[in-house]
Amino acid sequence: MSSHKVVYAMYDDDDVLLDAVKAVKDANYHIEEVFTPFPVHGLDKAMGLAPTRLAITSFLYGIVGLCVATVMMNFMMIKDWAQNIGGKPSFTYIENSPAFIPITFELTVFFAAHLMVLTFYMRSRIWPFKKAENPDVRTTDDMFLMELPVTDDVEALQALLKETGAVEINLTEKK
Amino acid sequence: MYNFSKKLKLTAVVLMVLGAIGIGAGFMSAPKTVEDVEAILAHDNAHGGGHEDAHAVTTHDTHKAEASHDAHANEHTAHLEHVLTQLQNKPWAALYVACFFFMMIALGVLAFYAVNRAAQAGWSPLLFRVMEGITAYLPFGLLAILIILGISTVGHGNHLFAWMHADLDPTSPTYDSIIDGKKGWLNPGWFMIRAVIFAVLWSGYQFLSTRLSRKQDTASDNSNFKKNFQLSAMFLVVFLYSESIMSWDWIMSFDPHWFSTLFGWYVFSSMFVSAVTVIALVTIYLKSKGYLEKVNNSHIHDLAKFMFGLSIFWTYLWFSQFMLIWFADIPEEVTYFVTRIEDYNLPFFGMVVLNFVFPLLVLMNSDFKRVNWFVVIAGILILAGHYMDIYVMVMPATVGDQWSIGLSEIASVLFFLGLFIYIVFTALTKAPLEPKRNPFIHESEHFHY
Repeated sequence: MSSHKVVYAMYDDDDVLLDAVKAVKDANYHIEEVFTPFPVHGLDKAMGLAPTRLAITSFLYGIVGLCVATVMMNFMMIKDWAQNIGGKPSFTYIENSPAFIPITFELTVFFAAHLMVLTFYMRSRIWPFKKAENPDVRTTDDMFLMELPVTDDVEALQALLKETGAVEINLTEKK
Repeated sequence: MYNFSKKLKLTAVVLMVLGAIGIGAGFMSAPKTVEDVEAILAHDNAHGGGHEDAHAVTTHDTHKAEASHDAHANEHTAHLEHVLTQLQNKPWAALYVACFFFMMIALGVLAFYAVNRAAQAGWSPLLFRVMEGITAYLPFGLLAILIILGISTVGHGNHLFAWMHADLDPTSPTYDSIIDGKKGWLNPGWFMIRAVIFAVLWSGYQFLSTRLSRKQDTASDNSNFKKNFQLSAMFLVVFLYSESIMSWDWIMSFDPHWFSTLFGWYVFSSMFVSAVTVIALVTIYLKSKGYLEKVNNSHIHDLAKFMFGLSIFWTYLWFSQFMLIWFADIPEEVTYFVTRIEDYNLPFFGMVVLNFVFPLLVLMNSDFKRVNWFVVIAGILILAGHYMDIYVMVMPATVGDQWSIGLSEIASVLFFLGLFIYIVFTALTKAPLEPKRNPFIHESEHFHY
């Protein structure tokens, strides 16, 4: 991996950070990444990130869960060993369907939620025991960090960051 | 300040006048004697209506007892008398459904308002004046329903409540031991006392909270705001108990032999989703007239999200109530759904389409929740669906298979819609549409999702 110089600007307030991101974007600088201790509402839009497609995958996973539930219960309760549900001698899936709705619902939610979380982990490239990528441990506590690649005019960038309320500006080599 | 336009005022008055005429005509055209009923039934049969199965359908258990008499002639007369009662109930029941529906909207808005106050929500203060305006209908709606309840119970003016006319004599062959066992709760006096207590509690909170909210506009500190917070939290506790009891009294007691333990929640879900829908519709209307400039599409988005979520909540309760009873299959419980599925098939399942399938499909997408006309269309469907919901709760026990959406039903809705519009928009003119000194107003103005 080639190393390159980056500027780390630290902020101590989420509102200040949000305004700073907007100001830096307006000055046509590229923001590499922002590290925050908690999700900041509206930050993704201010940074100009593309809308997430996670919702679409969640919908598809939900449909998978619905199909799995239907096939599973049809096999277990109707085909393999027909169950007498609530004393009603009806042995088709549709006649017993009210009894199957809670399970269908639960499995739809189960598949959508769990697979969506897994997708999110894979897309974010995180897995158990992975070494943390944040450049400063204080971003897990009370500080916000904006990472910018160094441009030709470092002084102007630093001056702009100072103006937006950065409490600390570091110029470092990124490994 | 909002200015109640002449056009809207005229519309409201015309609706009320048309409604009142229709309601009157509905009462006039109700059959007076058994002969009238015979003529109506003969007319229906001639048109292939086929009321042969009417004997099998018994909504009042007293009728079942009567029908079991040996003599066929007796049975025929009993049936005619039963249908006469149902047809005489029809205009009353139609009036009651519409009256309850609009009262329920105002009450639901009051609950939603109290939730926002108690939670100190930051997104909604810009909508508080809209909510306060809608809740102004509550005292009038409650008064109207108290009058109808009073006529039906202590006034003996009609046959809406079957428990009023049950045979409580233990020696009688038609003795109704179930209702006799409930008479400590279901008796006209105590029933009306409860109704008045609820009306006073709810209207009292509505009055006090609105007053504190208006006083906050000119106050120099936040004491009114804090008082309102405490009052709202207390109201919510009172409301959740009283609303549940109200739903047993005012709706569930139409079927006095039947009971469901989640009925209070079921009525509440219907009330809450209709209420949020009306807040959204009134807000969109006011915005279209150039008021509420600071309300942005994120506010509309959040209201639509509530409409979406609460529609699913309603479906969850609707299905929970159905499934448990279907599964257990106990005769005295399933009668409720048997009458609804046999006699009210279209409205009973049609409302599930209106209240669940349409909101699910129309309001699922986040972008659609910001488009006003999408929200308006979904809102009108939801309100129609929840009118049907109340209709299907009340009608089977009062008019049985003699139901139809006719003059009485439409006129009653028009009358209460006119009254609702008139009172709500008059109340909106009473205070600036934007609360001034609410501590969260700044957050609400910048609300952005």
